[in-house]
Amino acid sequence: MSFHISPVRSYVGVFLALMGLTAITVFVAFQDLGPMNNFVALGIAVIKASLVILFFMHGKYSTKLTKLVIGSAFLWLLLLFAFTMSDFMSRGWLGVPGK
Amino acid sequence: MATETHPLLAHHFDNLDQQRESSSLAMWIFLVTEIMFFGGLFMAYLLYRWQYPVAFHAGSHHLNIQLGGFNTAVLICSSLTMAMAVRCAQLGDRAKLTLFMILTLVLGFVFLGVKAVEYHDKWVHHLIPGLHFQWEGEGGREVQIFYSLYFAMTGLHATHMIVGAGLIFWLLPSCAKGKYNADYHHPIECFGLYWHFVDIVWIFLFPLLYLLGRH
Repeated sequence: MSFHISPVRSYVGVFLALMGLTAITVFVAFQDLGPMNNFVALGIAVIKASLVILFFMHGKYSTKLTKLVIGSAFLWLLLLFAFTMSDFMSRGWLGVPGK
Repeated sequence: MATETHPLLAHHFDNLDQQRESSSLAMWIFLVTEIMFFGGLFMAYLLYRWQYPVAFHAGSHHLNIQLGGFNTAVLICSSLTMAMAVRCAQLGDRAKLTLFMILTLVLGFVFLGVKAVEYHDKWVHHLIPGLHFQWEGEGGREVQIFYSLYFAMTGLHATHMIVGAGLIFWLLPSCAKGKYNADYHHPIECFGLYWHFVDIVWIFLFPLLYLLGRH
């Protein structure tokens, strides 16, 4: 049989990291870092999600095809965010003739 | 047992490895559609937050950060018990698999119970969008957009939790009977993928709804 059985140690390690990162993100939320607050909160969420996908969901040990499917999902999600926000954020940049 | 003649091998697969890999790939493809489905709501949230930052800050101040943080911890614990359940299924440990599935279910209900308390609080304070929505101060309309997104996103997430709890009830009898072992455990593995996915959605909902604009 060819499947990966993770040791309990690795699951507990990931669990402790997730709990620690949750504590850090709550702590940072009460500090005033200006616009950096948003980036830190989302950065920590991305790290936590990556840990869950790689270790709890065995993303690290899955086949290349499955890895491609996982990666493509997030690529398309980023395209959705990037194109929509680039549209809305750039609307005021140029004047509209005749308006 | 030879994997080509296993009684649980479906006829259209060559062997158990292929069967297991195919189901986990298919589960991931389903989760991709779920990512897109929640992605639309995250997109709406991002856009409205960018358009109405003040109202979104004011709205998120009414959310209870202790309850939200507690629920985050509960879900992370349930992800650990779920990961352990998959491990026990792989090892064919019937008793521990059943125990970890029950623990996951209990933690899921704790999460939903806390969520119910939070929803009740919003009901009492007239923060549910609609005719009875009341807001002291500026920007009631924009705050109502925040609460519409709050209920849509956490409600859809809670619906997924309820579906997950139902699936555990469905899987438990076969866990207790000892159906899962090194040869055959992909139903537990695929359910685990679903449960962890629901955890990931909350990992993003918690900072977006509760934490941003707190300082």
